Amino acid sequence: MLKIKKTDLSALFAKIAESNELYLPVKTAGKTNFAAWTPAAEVDLDTLKTVKSPKDAFFPQSEGLYSCDREDGKIKITAGKLQDAPFVVFGIRACDVRGIEVLDRVFLSEPVDTYYAARREHGILVSYACGMPETSCFCKVFGIDAAAPAGDVVIWTVGEELYWEAKTEKGQKLTALVADLLTDADGAVVEAEQEKIRAIIDRLPNSDLSLEGWGAEAAKTRFDSPVWEQLYKPCLACGTCTFVCPTCQCYDIKDYDTGNGVKRYRCWDSCMYSDFTMMAHGNNRTSQLQRFRQRFLHKLAYFPANNEGVFSCVGCGRCVDKCPSKLNIVKVIKAFGKEDA
Amino acid sequence: MQRLIDRAKELLGSGEVARVLGWRKGENSWDVEPAFFASAEELDGFVYDGFCGANLSKYMIEASKLEGKTLVFLKPCDTYSFNQLIKEHRVDRDKAYIVGVGCKGKLKIENIPAKGILSVEGAGYPDAAEMLTVKTLYGDVQVAYKDAMLERCHVCKGKDHMIFDEQIGESADTLDGDRFAQVAAIEAMSPEEKFAFFQAELSKCIRCNACRNVCPACSCRKCVFDSNKFDSAQKANTTSFEEKMFHIIRAFHVAGRCTDCGECSRVCPQGIPLHLFNRKFIKDINELYGEFQAGADIDARGPLTDFRQDDCEPSIVGKRG
Repeated sequence: MLKIKKTDLSALFAKIAESNELYLPVKTAGKTNFAAWTPAAEVDLDTLKTVKSPKDAFFPQSEGLYSCDREDGKIKITAGKLQDAPFVVFGIRACDVRGIEVLDRVFLSEPVDTYYAARREHGILVSYACGMPETSCFCKVFGIDAAAPAGDVVIWTVGEELYWEAKTEKGQKLTALVADLLTDADGAVVEAEQEKIRAIIDRLPNSDLSLEGWGAEAAKTRFDSPVWEQLYKPCLACGTCTFVCPTCQCYDIKDYDTGNGVKRYRCWDSCMYSDFTMMAHGNNRTSQLQRFRQRFLHKLAYFPANNEGVFSCVGCGRCVDKCPSKLNIVKVIKAFGKEDA
Repeated sequence: MQRLIDRAKELLGSGEVARVLGWRKGENSWDVEPAFFASAEELDGFVYDGFCGANLSKYMIEASKLEGKTLVFLKPCDTYSFNQLIKEHRVDRDKAYIVGVGCKGKLKIENIPAKGILSVEGAGYPDAAEMLTVKTLYGDVQVAYKDAMLERCHVCKGKDHMIFDEQIGESADTLDGDRFAQVAAIEAMSPEEKFAFFQAELSKCIRCNACRNVCPACSCRKCVFDSNKFDSAQKANTTSFEEKMFHIIRAFHVAGRCTDCGECSRVCPQGIPLHLFNRKFIKDINELYGEFQAGADIDARGPLTDFRQDDCEPSIVGKRG
């Protein structure tokens, strides 16, 4: 176990940034999101949840795939650049690390998404234990331990110090890079902090949420339930829940007319949108009830059906905090729980 | 609150209305959701308190297509939106039974500067407390009701309902700010400062469309930003210009029709003060065409859809900057 004073963190960030791109929580105009570090950036390690999850670091909201340009009567095709340099995502929470593991199941299974795979190969995760979990958190339900996140390096903040422990080979390499700034530390301090965190998590109102009845079978048993009719009505059909979610992975591919060709890019899509999965014959989900149901059954039934029972919700609670109509996955799970009882 | 439930049960029972549009209790005291109620039993979940900020007017577009009347609870500021929707032929007045409810200011949970909130006491209606007692995982705190209010309540348009069939409950004075103060402050900025301000705010936009979808003035059946028939259809900002363009186009589209209900800023997950765009238009309209409040009067002609000989010339825009 190693440590560094919080007051020395700027030096740590500068050292990492010398040879890596560095993404970390930065406050801009009052809100904290993951962004590239600069000496002028207002780094915010106190906010528990960034508005957007850090999934952008591996699966950006918008990214160029390739471009076609007219050149001397021919069409020149230029492939998008793959990530080829190391980068560090610093301060990612336990739930968001699980979120990336969920994305891995989608993008690293055949056919492998080369853009995503290149970022995963070069990305280093410095995960950050949650000192002050929030009411909307329910990661424990999915077997995630916010006191001991997965990642290449794990950090904890206790008092005025930040504790650092490398967990993987990538993590050890990063640790070697900043070794001069770290000093030896007493692991017992971190163990005490972990106990404190776990005690708070046990007191969270949704830590004991029951997932009974969800999983592959819910696709059949809950698809036609009248409960959806009650649940979906306040839904505004906006994309907030899908865009703040660490596991939503649907995207659209579009062409941008450059005047001399096209730039083909992909961008996040949302199952809440009316043209989601629009095909030549029309749309296979024509009502908001169907779109709403799709999102929750994807997380709680279809994904586990195809991925050994793993849910694609990680309990980060962002949709709980951010839905304009105060709808969310916890309400859905509880509504079906009541129906069963 | 009980008076609202009793009246709703009465009107449902007599068959005068087929359903009730109000607010439903959530899992926590603050996560109240808009909801339709079809029976007296369902109304047990009804709530009306400081967390009922959602403006229900826009839900009446869909409710107008249903059989029978819908009882809708509207706060004073919500009635401006409803009037504007009548004017634009988007809701059917005859399909609505409007109960104008009193309002003592609405709250935003994000405005309570405490972590791990478990409950908020004192947000009830009509007995709202001056100080809210907030129980959290990390100890209890007291927060002034006023400090947790939505921005729009600090510049409240008043206690009067612009349209109603009956009224229930008293309202409180919550006005303690100048509606146009921040717009004036931005007008006084240099072009560079203005650009930096809006760039910082709008670069946070995630294009979730919550502002558009909640907006009672955005009631097009198919938004130009959703239509695949145009290049304007976007789900992401492809350039830094586009992230501004969406909001600016939207502000232009609702100019003269926006009642300043504040829903856009209430729902933005990134806390972008979107109402400032609309207020700039409202301020300009007031200055160029005379005081105008959209939704105050169904019969008034909109300043941008009315032509008069003494209207200002377009060149004024160039001169004013």
